[in-house]
Amino acid sequence: MVRTMVAAALALIAFASLARAQDADTEKAIEKYRQMLRQDPWSNPGLLDVDRGETLWTTPRGPQNVTLEQCDLGKGPGKVDGAFAELPRYFADAGRVMDLETRLLWCMEKLQGFDAAELTKKPHPAGGQPVRELGAIATYVANKSMGLKYAAKLTEPHEQDAVALGENLFYRRSGPFDFACATCHSQSGLRIRLQGLPFLAEKKAAAKVIGEWPAYRVSTTNVMTMQNRLYDCYWQMRMPELQLGSDVSVALIAFLTKQAEGGEIAAPGLKR
Amino acid sequence: MRLTIIALAVTLATPALAQQPVDATRANTAIQSAFPTAPAEWASRLTGDETMQQCSAARNSAAKDIAAAIQKREQATILYPTDNNFIGDWRRGEALAQSGYGLRFTDYPPRQVNGGNCYACHQLTKAEVSYGTLGPSLSEYGKLRDYKPEAVKAAYEKIYDSHAALPCSTMPRFGANQVLTIEQIKDAVALLMSPDSPVNTGK
Ligand code: HEC
Ligand code: HEC
Repeated sequence: MVRTMVAAALALIAFASLARAQDADTEKAIEKYRQMLRQDPWSNPGLLDVDRGETLWTTPRGPQNVTLEQCDLGKGPGKVDGAFAELPRYFADAGRVMDLETRLLWCMEKLQGFDAAELTKKPHPAGGQPVRELGAIATYVANKSMGLKYAAKLTEPHEQDAVALGENLFYRRSGPFDFACATCHSQSGLRIRLQGLPFLAEKKAAAKVIGEWPAYRVSTTNVMTMQNRLYDCYWQMRMPELQLGSDVSVALIAFLTKQAEGGEIAAPGLKR
Repeated sequence: MRLTIIALAVTLATPALAQQPVDATRANTAIQSAFPTAPAEWASRLTGDETMQQCSAARNSAAKDIAAAIQKREQATILYPTDNNFIGDWRRGEALAQSGYGLRFTDYPPRQVNGGNCYACHQLTKAEVSYGTLGPSLSEYGKLRDYKPEAVKAAYEKIYDSHAALPCSTMPRFGANQVLTIEQIKDAVALLMSPDSPVNTGK
């Protein structure tokens, strides 16, 4: 029953998204859909990526033909449960702070022998398959922290430095439109055209939305990761292509995670 | 309570990297390596000019003297139409107000002229209900100002360089940053200031 309603709701959202003038209806439809997901979490289309990610995690791959099961996400090799809730963090073996996707990329390179540069050469959203695979694995790992609260400590000096850099970048204007993240995300209740702008400079508002990433996007019918989201926002800022795993994206994610402290993880979430 | 917080902050402070404000060099280095596919002629997109740097550092509320310096610098960038006619064609103005095309890395090689994307942030005509709210409503803009020549010139200057009137404005500097041409800015002025523009007729 719920599932048919969900299908109907999805169709409605897809329809409403077609006509820009009906974005308010889209918002309502998405909210309704979120309620249904609470009744029947299994009807979330993002869960397909969770399954795909789990398979990718446990399948021997890459030149070394090994699985990712020895990947240390911060809680020890192979520990996936709750790992996402404590990221980003400083990894001594890599000598830098890493968010989930950056760490996964590192494991794919060090354990499986993939060439990270090759994997990220065609970044999102045109998306090469490799990045899509990384996204699915990230969705799987994030989902394994479902219902937990963000508990990234971010107190170690490198971590504090990443948060501070991220905050600096949030207010940094760049590109020919003079935009900073703060241009679009530092007030409540504003919209660009009809799209509501999340108020990320405020902790309460950030805590509500950040934990929903990676998220299933109705407009693209794909799961989008946080690195991908930032790449897209820089695209709107008329900036060049943001490198996946760069210090800039890690720092912004560290800052956003700090903003969202105490927020609940509900990944994969649902976005327009 | 406040004291406890301060005490806590002092305890948490570690001498190494922690608590140091991020200096410009640190942020620049990170930015330079985060966009490896940037073409050489995009270098200024990464660094930003002095006005952007000052507005970023002040989080858009610059101290009086800095704000004055920004205003003076930006006023000096404005180029005026040689014939002193500020009003173009409002129909073309409406088209560029609708268009967000241009300058994204997916917009090269250019397939059409750049837009101003005014509707992203402003209400203009009554007919267009898909407008953003980052900027004030510009509905009936000319009518409310009696189409006065000073208001026409001020609108031209605002669009050419928003910081010339309000330092650290959220609005892009369309002329100074060469997003729009002088002719296009005249068309945008026409949309705001022509008595027969739908912005003023309410159509
Ligand atoms: C020109 C406007 C603009 C700028 C500048 C911008 N964004 Fe965004 N951002 C948006 C819009 C619009 C959305 C929502 C898109 C949607 O609903 O599909 C969004 C969504 C997001 C989200 C997802 C939040 C949620 O609701 O789940 C994050 C995180 C984010 N932006 C971060 C950033 C960061 C960091 C920067 C700077 C590097 C930035 N944005 C710059 C317009 C912007
Ligand atoms: C990213 C957002 C944004 C975009 C895009 C934008 N504006 Fe603005 N605009 C603002 C904001 C914010 C203000 C108010 C603050 C200020 O005056 O700088 C403003 C103010 C103005 C004003 C002065 C209003 C007054 O009170 O007299 C005019 C005129 C104007 N904009 C015209 C335009 C036109 C024409 C375009 C497109 C070519 C445009 N704007 C694009 C954000 C924007």
